[in-house]
Amino acid sequence: MAYLRVDNVTKTYASQKALDKVTLEVPGQSIYGLLGPNGAGKTTLIRIINMITRPDSGEVFIDGHPLTREDIGNIGYMPEERGIYKKMKVGEQAIYLARLKGLSKADALKKLKFWFDRLEIGSWWNRKVEELSKGMQQKVQFIVTILHEPKLLIFDEPFSGFDPINVNILKDEIRYLNKQGATIIFSTHNMASVEEICDHITLIDKSRNVLSGEIHEIKDQFKTHTFNIAYHSETALTSILNPSDYRIVKQEKLRDGFSADIQLLNGTTPNRLLTQLLPKIEIVAMQEILPSLNDIFIEVVNNNNRSAHE
Amino acid sequence: MNKIALIIQREYLTRVRKKSFIVMTLIGPILMAAMILAPVYLSEIASGKVTKVAILDETGWFFEKFKDQDKIDFYYVDGDLKTEKVKALANKDLLLYIPLPELNIPVNAQLFATDQPGLNVSAYIKSVMKNIVETKRLMAVGIDPKVIKKTKTDINLITIKVDETGNEQKSNTEVEIGLAYLAGFMIYFFIFMFGAQVMKGVSEEKSNRIVEVIISSVKPFQLMMGKIVGVALVGLTQFLLWIVLTFVFVGIFQSGIMGGDFASVMQAQQGQMAAAQNGSGINAAAFSQVSEVLGGIDFKVMIFSFLFYFLGGYLLYSSLFAAIGGAVDQQADTQQFMLPVSLPLIFAVISSSVVIQQPDSAFSVWMSMIPFTSPIIMMMRIPFGVPYWQIGVSLGLLVIGFVITTWLAAKVYRVGILMYGKKVSYAELWKWLWYKE
Repeated sequence: MAYLRVDNVTKTYASQKALDKVTLEVPGQSIYGLLGPNGAGKTTLIRIINMITRPDSGEVFIDGHPLTREDIGNIGYMPEERGIYKKMKVGEQAIYLARLKGLSKADALKKLKFWFDRLEIGSWWNRKVEELSKGMQQKVQFIVTILHEPKLLIFDEPFSGFDPINVNILKDEIRYLNKQGATIIFSTHNMASVEEICDHITLIDKSRNVLSGEIHEIKDQFKTHTFNIAYHSETALTSILNPSDYRIVKQEKLRDGFSADIQLLNGTTPNRLLTQLLPKIEIVAMQEILPSLNDIFIEVVNNNNRSAHE
Repeated sequence: MNKIALIIQREYLTRVRKKSFIVMTLIGPILMAAMILAPVYLSEIASGKVTKVAILDETGWFFEKFKDQDKIDFYYVDGDLKTEKVKALANKDLLLYIPLPELNIPVNAQLFATDQPGLNVSAYIKSVMKNIVETKRLMAVGIDPKVIKKTKTDINLITIKVDETGNEQKSNTEVEIGLAYLAGFMIYFFIFMFGAQVMKGVSEEKSNRIVEVIISSVKPFQLMMGKIVGVALVGLTQFLLWIVLTFVFVGIFQSGIMGGDFASVMQAQQGQMAAAQNGSGINAAAFSQVSEVLGGIDFKVMIFSFLFYFLGGYLLYSSLFAAIGGAVDQQADTQQFMLPVSLPLIFAVISSSVVIQQPDSAFSVWMSMIPFTSPIIMMMRIPFGVPYWQIGVSLGLLVIGFVITTWLAAKVYRVGILMYGKKVSYAELWKWLWYKE
């Protein structure tokens, strides 16, 4: 059952629609990607889930009941950068925010010690936040967000200030929290950064939900039956393959042999492709080309635009 | 711990630990202590040793006219300038040389010294010479100086304040005017300084998106009140520390440097001041009059009302400042709302001269009742004496005033603090007042 359900939510700012009848379901204990370009309405949706703004119409349900103030205490929200006092010392601030969320001082200290050690930032305890780099600040922010062990964690553009090593550290921690039972929502315009970690996604474009679902299903749905083969042979592929069943998308000479992307048409199977090719050329490798989220997104957005124009 | 207490604690501790707060807290009392001690200290230095002045008077007009003073001894010499100068300076004495003038009236004199002579020395010499030359001139035109002295008049006006029960109290408006201005401007200064701190803090929380993180665990009203109360405590702390530290600094100075005879020095100084004026007792009277007036002012009422009006005025305005900070996106945008909010305060300061001239006029009374101006205006009226019932009514209205402004401000704050990218107009603020929770 869905842990969080956004039902037909619409929000208009002055003259501009930020969200237009958005509906989506976040399954319990999933890692959910909320994807879309800048200004699509992701942050507005997150702010509605956090009850920071109210929707003009529609409703949000959590665990089966309409969202209330008390539920917000069970959400950890990390806004895009910032969200902490620049002039305060790291440790003092972490304790303060933890206690505001209802932890006792001793509890907060214990948990903070655990997480500061885990992320190897214990030595920053007495430094002022403004002295830290952006990435370091985000680590502090991350800890502060998750410290009270909320059931739902929402990260808005969490990787923006990080180098690749720290992105991986953070992803590992998020997976760890997910295993501990937390449901996680990412919001980002950088599809590549969440592709491997999310199990469900929603694409938001121009204030609307244009695509929702499990990531494997979506990739299946959008796959173009295109295969990449690497081979040795001077023989032209066009002389082997019937153009009504195969379309050669791309062909190039590598340092050592050739590579070609071939799209299978009319329900042709990869096995048939192989049987056609094997007698004529020497195949080194063959692999299906799955669309990246980026490709899917561009395709969906373009379709969306086209249908809007028609 | 209660969440609002937690917020108050943070606001208080982060501010009190700031360098600027510590510097302000130390510099204030140092300046005040310096103001109290400087005159005493200077006279102490000046009176440290006896200055000896040799007088070489070629005119003969001033023979026996220079009398030994408390710290100045005079002796007459007779010789030529060169040798007497060398002799006097060798003894570290001063030499006053009054040459024979061309026009028969000695108005020029020279004072030779190895060190810069004290002001009291030259002042005394000048006054003696002036006196004698003037007297001689008057005699020359046939007027007896005694007649002039008799006709010389100093008007010393003493106003007697009579209260309802018929008690009489001497009052001196100058002292009261000074106190009135001091109290009024201090309130003005405190309200603006700490009100601005609240606004800045709110604005910081909004632009840093800290509210979005905190709002899940705290109500907007708690956040606002926590900040306002925290800053108020900072203000009170600073005020009390100023008073205590001023006394401490003065005390240290007394016992450490002056060897404990501060009081006697003070007294001596007062005596000198009185005596300095050619023995005319009028200034001594004026001086004792000042202390009498100060005694006549009810300092308990002054301090109590200062604290109360500071708190009341601060609460009233800082909640409005908090609402402004919450309503706008950037601190730079606060200007357009700052003006109407600070207008009553500025108006109160502008009208202070009118109020002080006529502290009991209808205008002054009304201004000291209206909560937006009362903290400043009532504090300016109190040194002149205000019936207790008026203070009571004014305080009551102030409490009602800040309850209402806080309530309204909280509504604007609640909506504004979470609203971004919207150009805020007055119409918009009006709408926010009616939003339901």
